[in-house]
Amino acid sequence: MSLSVTLTINRVPRTVQLDDPRVTLLDLLRERLDLTGTKKGCDRGQCGACTILVDGRRVNACLALAISHDGADILTVEGLSDGERLHPVQAAFIAHDAFQCGFCTPGQIMSAVGLIGEGQAGDDPERVREGMSGNLCRCGAYRGITEAVIEAARAMAETAREEAA
Amino acid sequence: MNRFEYVRPRSVAEAVAAAAVPGSAYLAAGTNLLDLMKIGVARPARLVDLNHLPGLDGIEHLPDGGAQIGARMRNADLAYDPAFRRRFPAVAEALLSGASAQLRNAATVGGNLLQRTRCAYFQDTASACNKRRPGSGCDARGGENRLHAVLGWSESCIATHPSDFCVPLVALGAVVEIEGPAGRREVPLRDFHLLPGATPERESVLAPGELVVALRLPAEAAGFAAHARYVKLRERTSYAFAVVSAAACLRLEEGRIVASRLALGGVAAKPWRAEAAEAALAGATPDAASFRRAAEIALAEARPSGDNAFKIELARRIAVRALLLAAAGTPDRLPALPASPFASVPGGFHG
Ligand SMILES: Cc1cc2nc3c(=O)[nH]c(=O)nc-3n(C[C@H](O)[C@H](O)[C@H](O)COP(=O)(O)OP(=O)(O)OC[C@H]3O[C@@H](n4cnc5c(N)ncnc54)[C@H](O)[C@@H]3O)c2cc1C
Ligand code: SF4
Ligand code: FES
Ligand code: FES
Repeated sequence: MSLSVTLTINRVPRTVQLDDPRVTLLDLLRERLDLTGTKKGCDRGQCGACTILVDGRRVNACLALAISHDGADILTVEGLSDGERLHPVQAAFIAHDAFQCGFCTPGQIMSAVGLIGEGQAGDDPERVREGMSGNLCRCGAYRGITEAVIEAARAMAETAREEAA
Repeated sequence: MNRFEYVRPRSVAEAVAAAAVPGSAYLAAGTNLLDLMKIGVARPARLVDLNHLPGLDGIEHLPDGGAQIGARMRNADLAYDPAFRRRFPAVAEALLSGASAQLRNAATVGGNLLQRTRCAYFQDTASACNKRRPGSGCDARGGENRLHAVLGWSESCIATHPSDFCVPLVALGAVVEIEGPAGRREVPLRDFHLLPGATPERESVLAPGELVVALRLPAEAAGFAAHARYVKLRERTSYAFAVVSAAACLRLEEGRIVASRLALGGVAAKPWRAEAAEAALAGATPDAASFRRAAEIALAEARPSGDNAFKIELARRIAVRALLLAAAGTPDRLPALPASPFASVPGGFHG
């Protein structure tokens, strides 16, 4: 069978010809499409640096085979802002100093977007920490991360209420 | 990672036919298989991708009160299905205590059952490992083996099965539905995984090419919903495999136990159902003394396979804790830290 995959990446349809079925979504994004915002930490599902949304769900791009995701809708950190307007999660990470070196940050942010979408944690810090446990931060910015996620969740709920009214 | 041929079947029949070719492996989410391929432990010549099959990705609540879960259903989707959670809360709690949210969003029911051991020597191609290379020896025997098996192990292999999901499932009498070259068959989960004996490379009863299509929970399993818990001790609070774990389910009437289920995780090459302990609980009062007795029985045959004698007493205590929590009643909402033993127990018990 032909090794071509068609993906919607950050709202743009892309068809990529693969010379080899071994390519992961992470390597496809970074090496073939120059989308290096998604980071490679462990490459084994253990750190969360590679977190992206696939069909709206947060997953580890390092353990996803690209060819198997033919037809999928992918959102990476590059596709999050609305032009110059930051996504509420991005804005909250800045407001709460939720990073130091920044290496884990794209994964943290994408994971937070996924977590808020899942709607299981609300604004309970313990549930937010548990829901974010798949994202490690070697700089230990966890406190700011938790605060940022809670604030972004509130801001997004507020916007949704205003829009519904 | 080795090169492989990639095939994308569009039906179960096509998948089974494709996987009948020697050297084939089914690809579900790949969270375990791709990991092992990257480190050279799994080297399939052919990947048969299950991700484009129609169906097998949902749950059906059966008219008789049981439930049938498609093998491709994602771990998170199952855990968050409201009716499933209400009827089989210990299974939902076990699922949510496993891995991370990202991994649970991807991982499938079938893949979770068939995930391989986390033994470090199995994962290191430079080490001797009878499971990876039959006859090569077992470097875990004289190595780092704190987390290895205390039940059902053999001289050839002391590895454990790492799944959380499987522990309440085996307690509740789940049945695995299998499609294969020779047709359809069913195997109770308790007989699905194999103890190592002299052939640790054989981990389940699946024949080459056989596909798990579904998992079934019998109607009676839902009868434990009011008193069903999973408790998992980890080396850190979250995103870690079990050191030991226990699923406990009770049916209480007039202050007595009329039926019980108990299974242990992290102790053997399979999820370990403790039937003798269950029998001992019949008619007993649901208190710490009864539970301690049951835990003694559950671990009666346990023996260390290395530097892991501590796991035997730990498993007893986790079993007692799970039984006490089950007796106290399933909470309306799952705790913030699912399955964590670091929560207070009603009645002030802290053993
Ligand atoms: C960092 C990390 C932490 C983790 N922590 C935990 C934890 O705490 N608790 C826990 O329980 N698990 C944990 N896991 C393991 C995780 O649950 C498994 O990787 C996952 O369930 C596998 O599912 P999958 O769909 O990705 O399977 P795959 O990786 O695609 O497949 C796994 C195996 O099953 C076979 N297979 C898959 N589907 C079928 C089928 N339908 N029929 C026949 N064979 C099939 C494949 O051929 C392969 O051999 C962790 C994993 C990682 C990477
Ligand atoms: S315990 Fe089993 S899996 Fe681990 S090295 Fe020994 S034979 Fe291999
Ligand atoms: S790079 Fe994917 S989880 Fe670490
Ligand atoms: S900010 Fe440095 S790793 Fe998280």
